[in-house]
Amino acid sequence: MKPVFMTYTKNDIINFCVLMVLGLVIIPTFIKTEYWYTSILIPWLCLALATIGQQIVMGYTGQLALGAAGFMAAGAFACFNLILRVPELGFFGSLIVSGLIAAAFGILFGLPSLKVRGIYLMVATLASQFFIVWMIDKFGWFKNYDSSGIITAQDIVILGVPFTTPLAMYLIIVFVVTILTLLAMNMARGSTGRNWMAVRDMDIAAESMGVSLLRTKVQAFAISAFYCGVAGALFAFTYLKSLEPVAFDIKLSFKILFMCILGGLGTINGAYIGAAFILLFPVLLNSVGNNVFHGAIDATIISSIEQVIFGLLMIVFMIYEPLGMAKLWETIKQNIRPKLTSLNIKILKSSKVKNPKK
Amino acid sequence: MVQNRKFKIGNPILEVNDISLSFGGVKAITDTSFNVLEHEVRAIIGPNGAGKSSMLNCINGIYKPQKGTVSFKGKVVPQITPNIMAQMGLSRTFQNLALFKRMSVLDNILVGRKLHTNTNFLEVALQLPKVKKEEKNNRDRSEEIISFLEIEDIKDTPVGKLPYGLQKKVELGRALATDSSVLLLDEPMAGMNVEEKRDMCRFILKVNDEIGTTMVLIEHDMGVVMDISDRVVVLDYGKVIGDGTPDEVRSNKKVIDAYLGVEH
Repeated sequence: MKPVFMTYTKNDIINFCVLMVLGLVIIPTFIKTEYWYTSILIPWLCLALATIGQQIVMGYTGQLALGAAGFMAAGAFACFNLILRVPELGFFGSLIVSGLIAAAFGILFGLPSLKVRGIYLMVATLASQFFIVWMIDKFGWFKNYDSSGIITAQDIVILGVPFTTPLAMYLIIVFVVTILTLLAMNMARGSTGRNWMAVRDMDIAAESMGVSLLRTKVQAFAISAFYCGVAGALFAFTYLKSLEPVAFDIKLSFKILFMCILGGLGTINGAYIGAAFILLFPVLLNSVGNNVFHGAIDATIISSIEQVIFGLLMIVFMIYEPLGMAKLWETIKQNIRPKLTSLNIKILKSSKVKNPKK
Repeated sequence: MVQNRKFKIGNPILEVNDISLSFGGVKAITDTSFNVLEHEVRAIIGPNGAGKSSMLNCINGIYKPQKGTVSFKGKVVPQITPNIMAQMGLSRTFQNLALFKRMSVLDNILVGRKLHTNTNFLEVALQLPKVKKEEKNNRDRSEEIISFLEIEDIKDTPVGKLPYGLQKKVELGRALATDSSVLLLDEPMAGMNVEEKRDMCRFILKVNDEIGTTMVLIEHDMGVVMDISDRVVVLDYGKVIGDGTPDEVRSNKKVIDAYLGVEH
């Protein structure tokens, strides 16, 4: 019997590696249009990474947190300042350190989770969203005293080689995201992930088994913020190509929350599916508006429809499929597989019947 | 009672001294003392609301008694929390099932191996050889427990989908996985049918007999209690009204009164 929740086996990880090789080799050979990289693939992978962070704290550890964009802002501005002030670190060094800085904020804003839970914790974690963005806005040092409010991100240079074309940036992201996803999968299927889920499902029992609530919750918040921080830095440097606190507002936090829930709480592939859906759906809706109705529907109405559909989907998924699209995907795979094999058998049988006639 | 057992009943391993617990004005436990000897099966019985579960919660650190101490393995435990007691070698099950509902049976039992896991999250993320070795050891031990409890066929099922009797078994398995020296079982047989109860008794005695785990259990079914326990302590209104072997307790006047009611 296949369990309803997601656990990852070696096979899944091999599958994932295959997928990423596809991402690194096949996609660049076939997709040449810049639009695909700059508007779809790059933001998709960045936001999927942030969603993995949200999954760790919300899907796995069961702590209702809403402040992913705040940690992303921390990561993005940390990366900007590190490249500016400590150029010796290099891009990847800065990326890791900015993740760690975001993780420090994660620990700070994760501490309320020891005392409050549920919706109250959500309100408490909102503080991270507003505090970090406010802090960056308030103190000019973070923006290097730039008066315009929008700073252009530095070019990504690795070992003296500039990575400025969309394809080059995409390759960097695939590399970082692959490694971080693999690490997340390892944690999720190992003892770390079991501790998270134990705290999520029954904290008193977890404590009686020797799982420290303090350590587990704070750890989850820190790792989650690390992922969000790295995602934020990548998001700013490759997608936005600029740094402004406004880009990391509460709307982005909600977007990541939706990706997390629609993708499927407590799943890592769900983060990718959810991010893809939330990013691509508006694109699809727009093209339907333009091509089917030939612009008869106003663009503002289309964006409102988009909100309505997201809201509806959230409710539907919460009620009928809390494990989200990742579970749907799993069900589809399970239903298709026996049909495919039976189809194979039929083909084999028919070919066997035909053969003697020849 | 098991004769000729491999693990002879020894010195007190757990001592409860003068524990008093009250919730506001309600006194749940008043000046209660008793001890548990190493390798014995000790039952706590009493009518509803006698304070049995509260007693276990005090020992385990979920409730903080206003007065009294708990000594474990010869030492008074200065600060009792579930986590500290688990680390000292005391594990438990819960009256109303406290399983990790969305995790599989195997994963639930693996969480019980937490105290035998010494790798941190970074090592787990990088899947170092030492993590793999530890994971394998823990998995082997969990599989052993699963086959001991005869639940191999459901080991990948999420526990939330299992019937009550099986969930009780899984919870016992999770407590066993800790390899603790003392297990507190809070009504391990509640809501079970005769066969399931017989199975559960068999497992409890087998664990006690083969590994020598000290068992402290709360149970309502008097027949079961008298059959499997070495000594019984009877609580009523938060006080000890009887303590001794099943036969002694059975003939105790106060106990009979408490159970059958008495005319005043």
